[in-house]
Amino acid sequence: MSDFTHGFWPLYISVLTLVSIIGTWVFLKSQTTRKLAPGEKPELIEHTWDGDLQDLNNPLPRWWLGLFYGTLVFALAYLVLWPGLGNYAGVLKWTQIGEYEAEVQAAEAQFQPLYAGFMKQDIATVAADPNARAIGKNLFLTYCSQCHGSDAAGSRGFPNLTDGDWLYGGDPDTIKATLTDGRAGVMPALGEALGAQGTKEVANYVLSLSGRKHDTALAATGKTKFAENCAACHMPDGTGMQAMGAPNLTDKVWLYGGSEATIIESIAKGRNGVMPAMAQTLGTTSNKDAKLHLLAAYVYGLSQKQ
Amino acid sequence: MISHETIEKNLGLLIVLTILIVSVGGLVQIVPLFFQTSTTTAVAGLKPYTALQLSGRDIYIREGCVGCHSQMIRPFRAETERYGHYSVAGEFLYDRPFLWGSKRTGPDLHRVGGRYSDAWHVAHLMNPRDVVPESNMPAYPWLDRPLEDAAIQKKMRMLNVVGHGYSEQEISDAPAALESKTELDAVVAYLQVLGTHAPKN
Repeated sequence: MSDFTHGFWPLYISVLTLVSIIGTWVFLKSQTTRKLAPGEKPELIEHTWDGDLQDLNNPLPRWWLGLFYGTLVFALAYLVLWPGLGNYAGVLKWTQIGEYEAEVQAAEAQFQPLYAGFMKQDIATVAADPNARAIGKNLFLTYCSQCHGSDAAGSRGFPNLTDGDWLYGGDPDTIKATLTDGRAGVMPALGEALGAQGTKEVANYVLSLSGRKHDTALAATGKTKFAENCAACHMPDGTGMQAMGAPNLTDKVWLYGGSEATIIESIAKGRNGVMPAMAQTLGTTSNKDAKLHLLAAYVYGLSQKQ
Repeated sequence: MISHETIEKNLGLLIVLTILIVSVGGLVQIVPLFFQTSTTTAVAGLKPYTALQLSGRDIYIREGCVGCHSQMIRPFRAETERYGHYSVAGEFLYDRPFLWGSKRTGPDLHRVGGRYSDAWHVAHLMNPRDVVPESNMPAYPWLDRPLEDAAIQKKMRMLNVVGHGYSEQEISDAPAALESKTELDAVVAYLQVLGTHAPKN
């Protein structure tokens, strides 16, 4: 980009460039001896080293000279066609960004009709289309697999998308909203409020909700503490609340792990589950809306085919 | 015109002419960059790294992240589709030294800021395989230790010499900002601000 702070700089570049090209030409010309006539002896340079070593001033090989002048001609032709001399844009008007934008436009023109077709369909229909799934899978591997895994089965702290269990809801529109704007799930740290013993009691009550091995006595005392501290989000029966992203504690799905120690850690230190807003990540790619649509359909499809 | 013989026999003249010839490239291609608006003006919203981000950046340098991760998105569709807007010069005004890199064993990191959650970065740095089973990135578990950066104020003062413009308040608050943080916190803080001032389009 030529946006110089002062008019001197384009001039400086142009003059230096042209002077060095022409200067090299003139200098080389001045140092070149003519081609020897047949039988003519090259000039002997008047100095002797080590007693008997002398130099012949042979002319430069013609092929070498030709190549060198060739590079100078190439340089001048280049500077006429492409930008290089200060603010001069070149006959071809080429710019790096222009080339990039042409590449993007060509791709958009190619993919737009395909995307437009999918945009007319609702997410459930798109999810059933094998072509859409193939595109969706590529998009998923590019933008989502880092957290949710290339098989979409997630990992500790990053939800499995294939199990039909949803923190915020698994209907097409909710999935699309989650993708577009992201989610910020907050489980507050209750360690101080509950104390070590209280935390253990609540943890055992939580274990009992899904029928896991637990200490019945601890769970019994934990039940009241659960009602006081946890039920607002996880509901009194522990089935969770999708509007808050509060997980269902009665099923077998554990985002951070279902051992007593992990549950105690979750209660004591809290959890922050962040899904980044993909609208932002996809913000600079072409056909952003169509990509969100296809991704939502792919994710919806993952949980549908069982 | 000076003859070949004169140049060859006068070492001083030979040296001067050689320097003149080899400096043309630098004078034409490098010097004017210091006098262009696009290379000397920060993009909208760009701020110097905070004390914690600056410490994180130094850990990024210490651990050699630049050896496998570039921070330079080129203006090709394949790159902008994957990473986001191509990098522009005005985003690197407070990068000393630049960490553009030239080797992509791992992905480019220039637009990694905000792309993943802090928790993801922590899990990923402790053991990349925990979140990306296919990853061949080494684990950096030792980063989970207290951050010690006694030279932070000195660094900020030095950067002020070249125009980063930290206020006295920011410099005096720096040690407190690093207190009870881990090296992980610092690296994540740095990663989360990378490339977040991309030009809007």
